[in-house]
Amino acid sequence: MLSFELSEEQAMVKETIAGFATDQIEPVMREMDESGEMSPDLVKTGWELEIIASCVPEEYGGFGEGPSALTGVIAYEELAHGDLATALHICAPTALAYTVLLEGTAEQKTALLPAACGEEFKAAATALIEPRYSFCPSMIATKAVRDGDDYLLTGQKCLAPLAAESDNMLVFATTDPGAGFAGVDAFVVPKATKDLVVGEREKNMGLKALATYEVTLNGVTVPLAAKVGGNEGIDFLNLLSRSRLALAAMAVGMMRRAAEHSRDYAKERVAFGEPIGSRQAIAFMIADMFMETDAARMLVWEAAWKCDRGEEFANDAALAKNYAADKCMKVCDGGVQVMGGHGYVRDNMPELWFRNSRAFSTLEGMVMV
Amino acid sequence: MIDFELSPRLKGTQKMLRAFAEQALRPQARKYDEEEHEKPIDLITMVHGFMKGGVGGAMGGEKKKEEGGEKKEKKRSEAQLTTMITVEEIFYGDAGIALAFPGQGLGGAAVQATGTPEQKEKFLARFSGDKPVWGAMAITEPEAGSDTANIRTTAVKDGNEWVLNGEKIFVTSGKSALEDSEGFVVVWATVDAKAGRGGIKPFVVEHDTPGMQITKVEDKLGIRCSDTVSISFMDCRIPEDNILGSAEVVDPSKKSEKGFKGVMATFDATRPLVAAMSLGVGRASLDFLKQTLADEGLEVRYAISPNRMTAIERDIAEMEADLKAARLLTFRAVWMLDNGQRNSLEASMAKAKAGLAVTHITQKCVELMGPLGYSRKLLLEKWMRDAKINDIFEGTGQIQTLIIARNVLGFGRDKLK
Repeated sequence: MLSFELSEEQAMVKETIAGFATDQIEPVMREMDESGEMSPDLVKTGWELEIIASCVPEEYGGFGEGPSALTGVIAYEELAHGDLATALHICAPTALAYTVLLEGTAEQKTALLPAACGEEFKAAATALIEPRYSFCPSMIATKAVRDGDDYLLTGQKCLAPLAAESDNMLVFATTDPGAGFAGVDAFVVPKATKDLVVGEREKNMGLKALATYEVTLNGVTVPLAAKVGGNEGIDFLNLLSRSRLALAAMAVGMMRRAAEHSRDYAKERVAFGEPIGSRQAIAFMIADMFMETDAARMLVWEAAWKCDRGEEFANDAALAKNYAADKCMKVCDGGVQVMGGHGYVRDNMPELWFRNSRAFSTLEGMVMV
Repeated sequence: MIDFELSPRLKGTQKMLRAFAEQALRPQARKYDEEEHEKPIDLITMVHGFMKGGVGGAMGGEKKKEEGGEKKEKKRSEAQLTTMITVEEIFYGDAGIALAFPGQGLGGAAVQATGTPEQKEKFLARFSGDKPVWGAMAITEPEAGSDTANIRTTAVKDGNEWVLNGEKIFVTSGKSALEDSEGFVVVWATVDAKAGRGGIKPFVVEHDTPGMQITKVEDKLGIRCSDTVSISFMDCRIPEDNILGSAEVVDPSKKSEKGFKGVMATFDATRPLVAAMSLGVGRASLDFLKQTLADEGLEVRYAISPNRMTAIERDIAEMEADLKAARLLTFRAVWMLDNGQRNSLEASMAKAKAGLAVTHITQKCVELMGPLGYSRKLLLEKWMRDAKINDIFEGTGQIQTLIIARNVLGFGRDKLK
């Protein structure tokens, strides 16, 4: 029966993370963006939210029953409402963990999941995106070729978060070029593997506190056991869609933040003798920001709900992600515009959100619900 | 728990109504667009037969009575949701014919919202009689559209009667209510012009009341099967009991659920239903476009990156997302109402989003179908004309945005004009 009410658990998750964002992220986010350094203390506290451990079953070191997409999107919205770079950093290990949890063999789960549920934050990178303008996850150019008892991985990746500090990297490559999503497989590659080159840290427009890297695979040799899911392989579109939900939820969180900031400013800032929010030109922009935030959230929730019920949700997740990415950019643009020149200077937050919001149209696969 | 699943009962209703829309309404859609001011009498009689005015709930009358209007406990019902689904499906069939369906309409909704139990009994019983009857509501005046506080029609007490004078325009189903059936119109008039909104009261005026005359039947861009009329009142006398609610002039600054604030609360219920009307028309257009493209072998690849999509795939994906977002916002507004929560903000969001989205979608569908879209051989051009009304009536898109902005900013009408 139709309902828009959070469960008690979801309400608690939301509240806890909102508290973390206000108390921990808020005071340091500008400084982190300026220095390009993620605060280790912040990551430590963020890890204590036990985002992964709460989803992984006991036998693999957690205390959950598998990831709930709905609870995930509620949590991620709050995290990104705090700060997107922080949210992506803390959630970066989810991609490898959930891929293994959902699609891995028993051996892979036993080998990899306990580390993802440990007390210390353990970085795990994902290499999906490739550096070309026409990149699409259905047309991955990185190849995985069977060679006896090994696979040979060759290709170029970028925007791999935390690649330099990760022991393991989840590399997406095609085993069947031309087969689209169905031809994509995932490999767990230890960073120390020969011919795997983690390049210089990338310099991006936004997300400056998030360390991302180019990764080159010069015929990297991995054993068959490195292929997630063994012979069965993975349902790549399902995983990609779960990552789209995660990213879309984060876009919603950012939109909400920018909308609230604009609202508060427009109530305080006086021009021509009254608050600028008393002018329809400003007030209507703000109304749209809130409406689109809610609209995007509804799309995300519905797709996540379908995901949790085991229904087909790939198209819904894609619609939700593209919608949220597009509206997030517009809302964050409005966030700068409402403040005028004050929105353009780095003393205030909107310019940072403006830079960060552009990332959503590019990001894929980095985090997962 | 968040849940988007409709109950089996509602799914059944939805399926039945979809079949009805496709088989009974769609084939007649063009005829009653071309023959403006004509009505499909047989269809209307049939609809009345099995719905007994229930579809009139389409315009907001379905709300079950909670006597005294007090919400003692959190109510959980599906009444509004059922109405929303009904509206969406019949408007999928045809918006013009759907708007011409008999029932209590907005007039009935006003009686439900502001009338005493006796008044409800007296005025609403007729809708479940043997013959189709319409109810109408008259608010708008030549000089007062969205600016309802500026209403100039007057009501003056004279003995045991009220005397109405003034002119009303854009009364939906006014002719159906007053000339074609034994219905009524709820007229909003001021009992004290100096009191502004506080002096504006609803009055029930019966069909055939002397001093009331339909002066014009509008020719319109779309929804042509539905009549829209002007009514003039010249010393029109009605019984003193026909005022809905109290005659006392209320101070608008006081929080009161009666009087004008009560009307505004009715809109919280009807706005999501206008959103549902849009959704039906939008769905019809988009389904038709997609079917045509599918017949020509085009499959939309929703899951690939937008930068790899063709222009038409991108257009369709964007329209799907917009329509879905509007629908989910409407579900939320309706769900809140069914659960006894105040939903002014959410109702306006639903209507603003749906009105604008469907206005754009229907226009885009005509564009993408090229010369076929522009031709009256297909219904796409009609849907584009029909859809436009949803961004206008029950408060234009701009008025909805204003309501959202006031809500979000916490500004009253004094701080945000």
